[in-house]
Amino acid sequence: MPELLVSIWEAVDLPLAIFLVINLLLVTASLLVYAERVVSAFIQERSGPNRVGPRGILQPFADVFKLIFKEDIVPTAGNGFVHSLAPVLMVVIAMSTVAVIPFAGTAEAGPVVIADVSVGLLLILAMTSISVYGITLAGWSSNSKYSLLGGLRSSAQMISYELAMGAAALSVVLYAGSLSIFDIVESQNHLGSFFGWNIFRNPVGFVVFAVCALAETNRAPFDLPEAEQELVGGYHTEYSGMKFGMFFLAEYVNLWIASMVTATLFLGGYLLPGQSLLVEWFGLGGLLLTALQMVALVAKTAFFAFCFIWIRWTLPRFKYDQLMTLGWKYLLPISIANIFVIALIVTAYVLLGGDPPSPFSL
Amino acid sequence: MLETFLFFVFAVLSVVGALGMLISRSPVAAALWMVQVMLAIACLYLTLNAAFIGVVQVLVYAGAIMVLFLFVIMLLNLEDMPSVGGIDWRKVVAGVLGVAVLAQLLALVVVRFGAIPDAPSAEEAVAATDVPYLGVALLTEHAFTLQIVGVLLLAATIGAVVLAKKRFV
Repeated sequence: MPELLVSIWEAVDLPLAIFLVINLLLVTASLLVYAERVVSAFIQERSGPNRVGPRGILQPFADVFKLIFKEDIVPTAGNGFVHSLAPVLMVVIAMSTVAVIPFAGTAEAGPVVIADVSVGLLLILAMTSISVYGITLAGWSSNSKYSLLGGLRSSAQMISYELAMGAAALSVVLYAGSLSIFDIVESQNHLGSFFGWNIFRNPVGFVVFAVCALAETNRAPFDLPEAEQELVGGYHTEYSGMKFGMFFLAEYVNLWIASMVTATLFLGGYLLPGQSLLVEWFGLGGLLLTALQMVALVAKTAFFAFCFIWIRWTLPRFKYDQLMTLGWKYLLPISIANIFVIALIVTAYVLLGGDPPSPFSL
Repeated sequence: MLETFLFFVFAVLSVVGALGMLISRSPVAAALWMVQVMLAIACLYLTLNAAFIGVVQVLVYAGAIMVLFLFVIMLLNLEDMPSVGGIDWRKVVAGVLGVAVLAQLLALVVVRFGAIPDAPSAEEAVAATDVPYLGVALLTEHAFTLQIVGVLLLAATIGAVVLAKKRFV
């Protein structure tokens, strides 16, 4: 009998983990909607949501119920199939990126991750690059000039910032010597696993990557695809009901995932601050370490998500020419030069026979 | 076993996508079928244990090139092509005969010269698409080819800039 139970468990543990992660992401998205409302209210000195539930905490759920009960309108002159496909694409792509991010792990025990892919970082970049289809197709299938302009702006913006983002990610790969996300996180686990984090080893890459992540999620100050003043609602002008709700959901999931990827690549991912010392001095390990690592990852991600919300309510939107100038004339050359510098540093360490390349270990 | 099954599923999907691209009368629909072909081919690479090439296929073709195609098609706002009236059966017969002749020729080449190499084992395939292996091979064995490709791409870029700068009066 135990063999049967074990085999059943082996068959369902991965689907169960996926189910859990997807539902946690849904809850996180609603929490982020609430956080955005509260933070924006604080920044604008308003009260913010305070009617539904204690301190308005149930406001996102009220929003979702409102969206579900609204009529779903498909433009008659548009393409109905693609019109329905676009929001699904957005949500599916947004949710699948999380599969390659390790939530915890040690060099001995391996990662706690849904899919341990050897080219995980490239997979994240590929997912980012195909997520533009959702917005572009939404813009085209609505058969409305505002939607189409929003979709076109979005594809131009995402193609432009993808290059700089890829180059910034490449500088991380140079330090880790691997495309696997787990290896990248573990490569930051030295120098007390704090000063070894890529944000200290590679500050330029961090800034470029964070700016590009902001642009790829189409959030202010890069929210030209949905600029209200000139485009009504941008690519989702013609969407109503839960289809609009899915765009809304995808935006917040994307925000969370972008924060998580930034935290994983540059802030040590699941690594506790000073993890190697804690393990050495207190013999920290096992389930406690795993739980603490998950908490650390969520804390870092929440910090970045807060920063993204903060930026949105602080900075005004770019003009289109400023957007293109920033992407092509500043970020791309800076990130290419950064790759060159990091490659020189790594080469110097390899030639000197040193192992961990970090400016703090000089 | 599962990989073989998935291979044929994605093979069918890619052929269906290619046919759809040829048949569809709307340029945007044709581009979308093309995206399906690209994604199905990427999945074919994955079932063949070439994860790196599969992901790069998505990143470059589906993620960058097809987005640009779609971008341009949407900007031009093209009309749908007129739908085909009747099928010209003489052309269909000619096409089938052409494919048959091509198949015969290819079969002859394969039989005569043994042009199909032995399939590598799964371990060899994984090792050959390993990223460090690919990098070393590109920068040592194929360094000259890489340089030539680089010059070619640079020439194309410069050509595009020259065409874009030209004043059409």
